[in-house]
Amino acid sequence: MPDRPQPTDAQPAIQTSGLRMRYRSADVLHGVELRAERGEVLALLGPNGAGKTTTVEILEGFRKRSAGDVRVLGTDPTHGDQSWRARLGIVLQAWRDHGRWRVAELLEQLGRSYEPYSTADRPRPYDTGELLRLVGLTEQSDRTVATLSGGQRRRLDVAIGLVGRPEVLFLDEPTVGFDPQARREFHELVRRLPELRDTTILLTTHDLNEAEKLSDRIVILVGGRIVAGGTPAELAERLSRDTEIRYRHGGEAHVTTAGDATGLVRELLARHGESIEDLEVRRPSLEDVYLELVHEAETGRDAAETDRDTAASAAPREVSAA
Amino acid sequence: MSPKLTTVRVGLRRGWIEFRLTVTNVGEMLGWLWPSLLALLVMYALRDSTVPGTDFSLGAQSIPGILGMNIVLTGMMGLASTLITEREDGTLLRAKAIPNGVPGYLTGKVVSQSGMTAAVLLVVLLPAAFLFDGLELGEVSSWLRLSWVVVLGLVATLPLGALLGAVFHSPQGLGVIMLLLTGMVGISGVFYPITALPEWLQLLGQLFPVYWLGIGMRSALLPETMSAVEIGDSWRLWETLGVLGLWAVLGFALAPRVLGRMARRADGARLASASPAQPASS
Repeated sequence: MPDRPQPTDAQPAIQTSGLRMRYRSADVLHGVELRAERGEVLALLGPNGAGKTTTVEILEGFRKRSAGDVRVLGTDPTHGDQSWRARLGIVLQAWRDHGRWRVAELLEQLGRSYEPYSTADRPRPYDTGELLRLVGLTEQSDRTVATLSGGQRRRLDVAIGLVGRPEVLFLDEPTVGFDPQARREFHELVRRLPELRDTTILLTTHDLNEAEKLSDRIVILVGGRIVAGGTPAELAERLSRDTEIRYRHGGEAHVTTAGDATGLVRELLARHGESIEDLEVRRPSLEDVYLELVHEAETGRDAAETDRDTAASAAPREVSAA
Repeated sequence: MSPKLTTVRVGLRRGWIEFRLTVTNVGEMLGWLWPSLLALLVMYALRDSTVPGTDFSLGAQSIPGILGMNIVLTGMMGLASTLITEREDGTLLRAKAIPNGVPGYLTGKVVSQSGMTAAVLLVVLLPAAFLFDGLELGEVSSWLRLSWVVVLGLVATLPLGALLGAVFHSPQGLGVIMLLLTGMVGISGVFYPITALPEWLQLLGQLFPVYWLGIGMRSALLPETMSAVEIGDSWRLWETLGVLGLWAVLGFALAPRVLGRMARRADGARLASASPAQPASS
C-alpha cells in the first residue's frame, strides 16, 4: 500500500490563504483565510450565498480555485491523490442515491475502497456493525435506503463520511430541512464524534445555534469574506462593542449605548445617585451581533445591485478575523 | 491488497449487487423486457410466413436479430440512462468522495449492465425456443458463437453507452438517440432480411453495430443454409469481427476522456441545480 509521509502534528489540518474564487465575472470568495488545527471542530457560519459550499468544495478537491494557497492535511487539494482522498470524510448534502441498497450493504461497499489505505494508527475501514451502532442505525441495517426517514438518512450520510476513519471530516449544511427534534438528535450525534479519534471537523451552517453547539471555533463568512472569527465567547466579546443601557431619571426613560458600560454606569450613579431607577445593562447576544453583520453585508450587496455608484460606501465592513 | 486490485474487487461487488437488485425486481425486469416480448409476439403472429426463397419461418429467422437488438437496448442504452440518472441523484458524487471511487463505480456499472444484457437475452430466448421451430439451441457450437458475439457486442457498444451517458444531461435527451436507434433497427435487417432494402440503405445499415450483432446472432442460432439469404450468401464472420472491433476501438478511445470530464464536472454546483432531495423530518 502507498505509505505517504504523515505530516507533523504541528501542521494545521486545513489552511487557506488568499483563497479567491471567481465564476465568470462574479467573485464569490475574496481572499479567505482559514485555519483548522488537528482535532478541532471549526464552523464556517454564514447566510445562504456567502460562499460556504464553494469553500468546502475547494477544500474537498471537487472544485478548482481561482487563486490563493490551500492545504488540507498538508496537500493541495487540486493535486490530492487517492491516498490523500482516503484520509478525508465527506458528508454530502442530502441526495437520493443508492435508494435500492440495504443500509449495511452500502456502508460495507463504500468502506471496502478504504482497505488499501489502512494503517496501524487508523485501521480502515470502520467495522460496519460498530459504525451503525455509533450512528444509531443498527435496527435499520437491513432496510433499504429509500425507506429511511430524513433523519435516519442523514445519520447514514454521517456513517458514510466516517467509514474510512477520516482525519478531516467535512459536514456541509448537515441539518437543512430538519425539524427541531431531528436537529437535536443530529447535534448529539456529532458532539460524540471528535472523542472517537482526533478528527478535524469542518462544518458549514447558516444556523448560529448549530455553530455554537457543535464547534470549538466559529468563522463567519459573509459575501465571500471572513468578517469575524473566534470561540463563541471571544466573538461575543470582540464584537459587542456597544452595550445598551436603559434607565429612568426624573420620570423619563433613557436609552444609551456605550463601549465601556461599567464606566458609564459608575458615572451615572455618581452624578445622580438614587434618582436613577430601573437600571438595565444589556450586552447584545452573539445572535444579535451575527444578524447585524449579515444585515450590513447584505444591504451592502443589495445597494451594489441596485445602484453601483453608492455600492462603495455600503460595502461590508472588514473586521479582522482570528 | 493494492488499490488497483481492490478497485476491481469493489467494482465487481457493486456490479453483482446492482445486477441482483434489478433482476429480482419484476417491474424493472419488465421495463427491460417489453420491447423484446412485444417483438416476439408480433413475430409469433407471422410464424406461418416464410423467408422469401426458403421454407424457413420468418418468425424464427427474426429471433436472433431481436436478441442482437437487445444487446444495444439493454447494454448501451441501459448504461447511458443509468449514468445520467446517477449523475443527477448524487451517486457519482458519492463515488468521487471515496478513494478510487469513480473507476470502481464504472466497473460496477459495466458488470451489472452486462449481466442484465445476458439475463434479458436468456429470458427472451427461453419462450422463443418453445414458440418457434428451427433455432439450433442443442449445439455446443451455437452457444460458443452466441457467447463471443454477445461479448464482442458488449465490448463494442458499452463504451458508446458510457459516452452517451456522459454527453446527455437528461434522460429525455436520450429520446433523440432512442428515435435514431429505432430507425437504425429498421434498416438493420432485424425483422426482415436486409437484402430486401434498396442498396444505399443496406450500406447505411451496415455501418452500425445493430446489423452486425443481428447477423452474428443468426450465424449462431440459425441453420447454416440460412446464410443464403444474407448479403454475399455468407454469415461474414470476419466482417462482423472487423466492424464491431472498430466500434470498440472508437468507443474505448473516446469514452475515458469524456467520462473523466463528466466526473470532474459532477460537483456540488452542477448537482445543486438538480435540486437535492430535502430530507423529511425524522
